[in-house]
Amino acid sequence: MTDWLTTHKIPLGPVLATAIEWLTDHGQAFFDFIAIALSALVDGLTDLLLWIPALILVAAFAIGAYALHRSIGLVAFIVLSLLLVINLGYWEATMQTLSLVIWATATCIVIGVPVGIAAAHRPWLYQAIRPVLDLMQTIPTFVYLIPTLVLFGLGTVPGVISTVIFALPAPIRLTQLGISTVPEALREAALAYGATKRQLLFKVELPHAMPTILAGVTQCIMLSLSMVVIAALVGADGLGKPVVRALNSVNISMGFEAGIAIVILAIILDRVCKRPERRAKRRSA
Amino acid sequence: MTVIAEPGVAAAVPASKPSRADNAVELRDLAIIFGRTKEALALADQGANRDEIRDRTGAILGAYKVDLDIRNGEICVLMGLSGSGKSTVLRAVNGLNTTARGEVMVCHEGALVDVATCGAKTLRDIRLKTVSMVFQQFGLLPWRSVRDNVGFGLEIRGMGAAERRAIVDEKLEMVGLSNWADKQVQELSGGMQQRVGLARAFATDADILLMDEPFSALDPLIRDKLQDDLLALQEKLHKTIIFVSHDLSEALKIGNRIAIMEGGRVVQFGAPADIMLRPADAYVAEFVKRMNPLDVLCADAVMTPTAKLSREAGAVMMDGDGGAVALTLCSEGKPLTLMINGQVRTIGAVDVSGAVTRKGDVVVAPAELPLKTAIDVRRQSNYPIALVDQLGRLAGLCDHEDIYRGLLR
Repeated sequence: MTDWLTTHKIPLGPVLATAIEWLTDHGQAFFDFIAIALSALVDGLTDLLLWIPALILVAAFAIGAYALHRSIGLVAFIVLSLLLVINLGYWEATMQTLSLVIWATATCIVIGVPVGIAAAHRPWLYQAIRPVLDLMQTIPTFVYLIPTLVLFGLGTVPGVISTVIFALPAPIRLTQLGISTVPEALREAALAYGATKRQLLFKVELPHAMPTILAGVTQCIMLSLSMVVIAALVGADGLGKPVVRALNSVNISMGFEAGIAIVILAIILDRVCKRPERRAKRRSA
Repeated sequence: MTVIAEPGVAAAVPASKPSRADNAVELRDLAIIFGRTKEALALADQGANRDEIRDRTGAILGAYKVDLDIRNGEICVLMGLSGSGKSTVLRAVNGLNTTARGEVMVCHEGALVDVATCGAKTLRDIRLKTVSMVFQQFGLLPWRSVRDNVGFGLEIRGMGAAERRAIVDEKLEMVGLSNWADKQVQELSGGMQQRVGLARAFATDADILLMDEPFSALDPLIRDKLQDDLLALQEKLHKTIIFVSHDLSEALKIGNRIAIMEGGRVVQFGAPADIMLRPADAYVAEFVKRMNPLDVLCADAVMTPTAKLSREAGAVMMDGDGGAVALTLCSEGKPLTLMINGQVRTIGAVDVSGAVTRKGDVVVAPAELPLKTAIDVRRQSNYPIALVDQLGRLAGLCDHEDIYRGLLR
């Protein structure tokens, strides 16, 4: 019986491989276009960040953080930690990673928020995409790293795409959550005053869901950062590269330094982005 | 106006009447079903009650055979226990609930429009201009300031910020919240939040206001204050208000007319005194039992009407502690001269609050004198009170006997 089962293997893997092959054969122009456009965006932003003198950029970050949060402690942390990054020699890699994270997050928001809204308005759609979202979050990253590599070639782009696949479920889920928890009373109040579907979305649903959506964005950023090392495996520039190199050459010091730079970037992004959520909470208290 | 209809007639649910020009809202044979409409309606037509329909089809009978005429400028209260269908009917007026059968005619830009069949564009227009709503849980947007909440309806209409501001500030002044315009709604107490809700409803200048248990979530004292404020505003604004309440004392205080609902049907529709004096069935009587008639009734609800008074040589005769009284009326029916024991005496007068405006032996008072005040007035006089209508014509007499009868029913 077992013999029969093993000898009649269902060609699941080969079918998927053939599908990817078919995509590369017939959709090459499309994938090339995405690859060129994405790498231009990521490289362009990286070039811009690196064109600005490092110290001026650090000052700009500090001023921006102060304008948002009015916290001296946060500003001091940003300045000192970024100076440490410069001192260790990881400034360029940090900016490359920042650029990758920004574009991956932007892509996730552009796709995730509308999908989340659509899913919140159509329960059947959410039921349909839920298994897909689960799959995107649980399937080991390396598994889809291979096809993205085949479709988009080596470099930053497969890194961004893999990151987007991994991080996209967060904004979709949280947007769906935020919109579908709008109290029926608020929705009815808007309808009773003649709101159209569009006005309902922009004047009631989105403002109400905003704290949740922002939490989704923050989560998306963190998930993107956690993909930095894996992105480096397919050739994406950034802080992942020295980590991979350190792993290959058993270089403990380089591994730690690059790791600390990733942590610093994560903390800064988290602290800068998380605030609006907390402010909303205080208001409701 | 208190109704002087025969008990049997008053108890009946009003039948469909032809449209009248002064009706703001007309509900005709309205049925609202949640669930499988066709089967449920068929069952209801066979006389099945709500529970049977639910058991057999799973559908909820929200409202059935509701016929109501709501006049321009009146406050009509839909009263009943929770689940009686009062909110369901209210929400049909602006189309929040879908009508399964019948008509929901709303006076929109001078013509009666059927909300149930008018189409999305007209419905939106009605919601923008003609009908506004106040909600039990306020329905305010918590991330907006008070001012932006009040201006919400105007914003939806597409009005610019500058134009909006003038109107909004006027409405805030009206509900006494001028100093709170820039606060977040969540900083306000419940009573104040509902004032914001009221201001928002007034801001669109809609003629018809739907109020879905607006004061039920508030403390009794605040509720009382807001009821008074609403009545004061209504004196000036003359809106048509459909008010949902589960509290008969609130209904009696606020309503010009009250529709009492049970199981999705209207069991009685009439003026407060009508409900108090002639409850249509045991359900209404149960509500009425706990009410204090002194809070509700007016002298004209208990008086002996002019037609039943004894007359002698054209003069109305009455008995008092001071002797036999003869009140002569002019040709229009207004009290003219007063004779007590054959001697001419002066006719006194009090206003509706019971304050003496003219001293005299027999007191003339407006017919809508509250019963409480009437007791006081009668106590200080030796003679029955002569009640006159708004044109000054004698409507009837109110003596101790009448008052006791009214209280005991």
